[in-house]
Amino acid sequence: MKLETKSRIAVFIISFIAYFVITQIGKFDWQELIVGIIISLITTIVTGDILIKTERKFKFSRILYTILYIFQLLWEIIKANIHVAYLVLHPKLPIKPGIVKIRTDLKKDSSLTMLANSITLTPGTLTIDVNKEEGVLYVHWIDIKSIDIDKATDIIGGRFEKTIKEIFE
Amino acid sequence: MSEIIGYILICIGLAFDFFGVLGLVRLPDVYNRLQAATKCVTFGTAGILAGVFVMEGYSSMGLKPIICIIFILLTAPVSAHAIARAAHRAKIKLTDKTIVDKYEEDKELY
Repeated sequence: MKLETKSRIAVFIISFIAYFVITQIGKFDWQELIVGIIISLITTIVTGDILIKTERKFKFSRILYTILYIFQLLWEIIKANIHVAYLVLHPKLPIKPGIVKIRTDLKKDSSLTMLANSITLTPGTLTIDVNKEEGVLYVHWIDIKSIDIDKATDIIGGRFEKTIKEIFE
Repeated sequence: MSEIIGYILICIGLAFDFFGVLGLVRLPDVYNRLQAATKCVTFGTAGILAGVFVMEGYSSMGLKPIICIIFILLTAPVSAHAIARAAHRAKIKLTDKTIVDKYEEDKELY
């Protein structure tokens, strides 16, 4: 099967499930179902070819790493929120902000997006820009611990990079 | 029982939304404010939605919050990143407390 066809089928299934969960749970109606199929088809025709770009084999370990990643992300989000709450409630605002550069080995668009999103949701950091060719991320850090690129990479990106690499590459 | 858990989740969400808004007022510049706004408001809103899900159960109203949580977690960081990048390109200054700005040094990149 061609890659584009696969991508279109995946988009159709995802959009149909989203539509189904929003409208159909608890009551069942043929009209809604037909409208859902039509809308999913339109979505598939317009944006179907951009979801999957490269072919990969199915691996069971990827599912385990995805579950691990979700729990890791939840834990980091909770830590991030407590950190921000501490900073905001502290009377002297103990911040030391700045923009640092970190390195990354990830090459694909999807994995870079996930890494940037994870960095934004974790304590004290906000991704500003990505340079894909050099493999560099610019990160705004609210409480800088190190300006050095290697140490910053270790502290900011090291938490997620391995898991994301296993999931997406 | 599920109602009590739902109310607790909604209260936690509201508290973190409040911290996010407080950060928006207290922190010094665009970038720091975005940090507070993105993190706390994402988590707070997700908390409120999770509370609604726990109270409603697997019904038509209870599953919509789950979809909303997924979309918020995926899109909030992207919008924060877009705003921060646009602010930096529009030459909005960082606060005086700033230690280092590596993005400014590599400016010939864009």
